[in-house]
Amino acid sequence: MEGTNCEYETYLAFKELGTKPEYVHLKEIERGAKKVDDYQCIFLPGGFSAGDYVRAGAIFAARLKADVFNDLKRFVEDGGVMVGVCNGFQVLIELGFLPALNGISDEPEACLATNDSNRFECRQTLVRHEGRGCKLTSNISEGKIGLIPSAHMEGKLVFKNDEYAQEVNEKQVVFRYVDRDGNLAGYPWNPNGSYANIAGICNNEGNVMGMMPHPERAFHKWQNPGWEGNDGRDVFEGIVGYIERKW
Amino acid sequence: MLKAKVEIRLKRGVVDPEGKNITKALHLLNFNEVTKTKVSKVVEIWLETDDRERAMERVDEMCRRLLANPVINDYTIEIEDVHD
Repeated sequence: MEGTNCEYETYLAFKELGTKPEYVHLKEIERGAKKVDDYQCIFLPGGFSAGDYVRAGAIFAARLKADVFNDLKRFVEDGGVMVGVCNGFQVLIELGFLPALNGISDEPEACLATNDSNRFECRQTLVRHEGRGCKLTSNISEGKIGLIPSAHMEGKLVFKNDEYAQEVNEKQVVFRYVDRDGNLAGYPWNPNGSYANIAGICNNEGNVMGMMPHPERAFHKWQNPGWEGNDGRDVFEGIVGYIERKW
Repeated sequence: MLKAKVEIRLKRGVVDPEGKNITKALHLLNFNEVTKTKVSKVVEIWLETDDRERAMERVDEMCRRLLANPVINDYTIEIEDVHD
């Protein structure tokens, strides 16, 4: 929708892996020109949808909720893949599709709150793959550290209560911010103050994933200033690999 | 016609980085008596109705569905009569 960005990089990433991606504007879904069921994966890119007014991702989520909530819910419950990066992650949280510890919720059970630094953090971050139960990253070995850039103002993941947070932390964490030795560390390694250094989570079934760092900005080595790697490619290969196995 | 004034705050215990930064800036300006600053947001909503009870219900629903995230936000609603 208005304010989304990085959709071109995302499109190219999927295309390069041999899939047939399509741009779908929210309005096309709203007026019924395109249907959720026509796809195997719905990817919500980053950006500042609706100017980030109210809260980041809140208006995008409210519009999806008003128009296609049941279609999306059925899509996910049938095993369809949903991925949200940065603003897309914020949308999935506001929508109640993540963490969805006990299933999709009507009200948000978590929030991506303002970074502790109160700054827009736009730089490289190191993330360690945990992969607990995530079907979309089964290609990435546990403990692998990747260099993937972050760019957000609201990325601090908080949960509705401690018990809920601990359970998500044990079962659904896909990526954590770490230092160069792979240890959980505070700012600046953790750019936002996120609970337990969480950078990405999945739902209980492992087919919905959200992450704050931008894998589409680390798909090619030349996207990194020092040509230091293309760890974002792993994320896309994982998603495509799962879709190929499932369908 | 009614107007709802909704104040959305961060819940007690939720870190308020903007508030902390304001406190720091005020100290730098020598307002040393400042001990804490908190930031909230006010949304004013004009409503085509005179039914205050119904207006309160509807605005509460607006808060739950869009304006507030129950994980980090509290909110209060005030309803008043307006003529414009």
